[in-house]
Amino acid sequence: MRYDLSIIASWIEPGSTVLDLGCGSGDLLHILSVDKGVRGTGIEREEGKVSQGIEKGLSVLHGDINEEVADYPDGHFDYVILSQTLQQVYEPARLIREMLRVGKRGIVSFPNFAYYRIRGQLLFRGRAPVSRELPYEWYDTPNIRVITIRDFRRFCRKEGFAIEGETAVSTPHHHEKGAVVTFLPNLLATYGMFLLSRRGA
Amino acid sequence: MSEYIEHSPSGTSVGRVEKRFLTVAEADRPLTVESGRALGPVVLAYETYGQLSERADNAVLVLHALTGDSHAAGYYEPGDSKPGWWDLMIGPGKPIDTDRYYVICSNVVGGCMGSTGPSSTDPATGKPYGLTFPVITVGDMVQAQKRLVEHLGVSKLLSVVGGSMGGMQALEWSVRYPDMVRTAVPLATTTKHSALAIAFNEVARQAIMADPNWNGGNYYDGVPPAHGLAVGRMIGHITYLSDEAMRQKFDRRLQDRCENSFVLEEPDFQVESYLRYQGQKFVDRFDANSFLYITKAADYFNLEASHGCGSAVAAFAKAQCRYLVASFSSDWLYPTYQSRAMVQAMKKNGLDVSFVELEAKWGHDAFLLPNARLSGMIARFLDRALVDAAKEDARAL
Repeated sequence: MRYDLSIIASWIEPGSTVLDLGCGSGDLLHILSVDKGVRGTGIEREEGKVSQGIEKGLSVLHGDINEEVADYPDGHFDYVILSQTLQQVYEPARLIREMLRVGKRGIVSFPNFAYYRIRGQLLFRGRAPVSRELPYEWYDTPNIRVITIRDFRRFCRKEGFAIEGETAVSTPHHHEKGAVVTFLPNLLATYGMFLLSRRGA
Repeated sequence: MSEYIEHSPSGTSVGRVEKRFLTVAEADRPLTVESGRALGPVVLAYETYGQLSERADNAVLVLHALTGDSHAAGYYEPGDSKPGWWDLMIGPGKPIDTDRYYVICSNVVGGCMGSTGPSSTDPATGKPYGLTFPVITVGDMVQAQKRLVEHLGVSKLLSVVGGSMGGMQALEWSVRYPDMVRTAVPLATTTKHSALAIAFNEVARQAIMADPNWNGGNYYDGVPPAHGLAVGRMIGHITYLSDEAMRQKFDRRLQDRCENSFVLEEPDFQVESYLRYQGQKFVDRFDANSFLYITKAADYFNLEASHGCGSAVAAFAKAQCRYLVASFSSDWLYPTYQSRAMVQAMKKNGLDVSFVELEAKWGHDAFLLPNARLSGMIARFLDRALVDAAKEDARAL
């Protein structure tokens, strides 16, 4: 299992209900359902991945995460996951608020743009960074924003999202091996992962 | 229902099958239809494939579209030119696997493929009903099927599966008899016809009624309104295709000629010839009055109005099953927005639903064509339903 996904999985209680926004072909939900008896639903934009997810026995909806998340009743899921998609979201505050409306908790992970190698590319080469985690040139990237771990914490404070848990990891892109980074995470971690809830909830 | 009936690329044929009949309503135990009349006797033609399990938890009800019938799979005689209409989906090793599931398919009430309809004899007069047959609805089709399903010893269906008007019946089943439905698979369908869909049906009906042979529906001892019915079917076929499908299939190609004939009655274009052929073929197997009744039933269908006082969310509040909804990108008869609307209403009720819009250029007909993704999803969806059913039974013990 991908290292970053194994961290997310470790946060999820057995037998809970999970909504995975941008679930791809449903790998995480499948593992959660097999290992933890989770009842999962995924939302995915690509038809081929949607059908692969359904063929894994999952419930998957074909559509846009911003629109599809809106229809569920309040508190319908125990967890709503947004894994490595935040950098492509047009209105992050609105989406995370919706996540925390339909879910009791939200899990958000993203590639850390303050990772030292990314800083180095800008500092020493003077070019827009291209890394394994963010492998696109400036002219072909689907990503519309860059996020650092420190910025995300600040954003949560400002928007009133309570951070219940936080893990920074160093792992190659989509790799099974990795390590938790506790020393200077904003400099040394490739990914930031946050467990959120509504303030006061 | 389309002309694209083919053998499945996977699995084997269910083999020789038999059409059977069940009287689901008698004069003293009639079917009270939505339009208010009591109908009896009512016979349903049906077929079953596979074996009902001991716990009776593996029954899948397959629901046919507008002009379909109970013959969903297999063949009647070894020399049959075509198998049942969904043979690619139903059979041993196929997505609706008859080695695992007990498959039931019945012809709808109002039809002309063995079930009671306007061409049946009215016991009161000894003559065909014709237009004295009561107007029926999708709800009436489903309440008749319920009697059949119960007679077969099934109190809870593992799944109700159907496309187009079959999908309407699947949706109707899921909200009318929620205790009897574990999962539902409505394909290429809608909770209510758009004005566009009603318009096409109305033109088709007018074509029949304008045929002098129709004679107010009394033609059973004379010449049937073949031309009107053929035109009605031609209109249907246009709606089942798409602009792209027609371009690929026919474009402006001429049929058996190199130049325009300059004769008005001649079918110059391949598309003309195709539609005429489809119309002719249909006349041989379908009753014009049944076509009027069934298209009207499809037009009347409005799940929101009949189960939710106009609200789709209120209608699906009655449902309890898990859904797999699929639409097709080029279907302009039941466009994707209609499937999305029903999915939205299901979600608002917290129902467990999967939805996919399948990329397909063949228009509405796509649900009957080979599609590996659709097959894979249906197979796995039913498989999970059976596993869940077994778990539930184990918990109940």
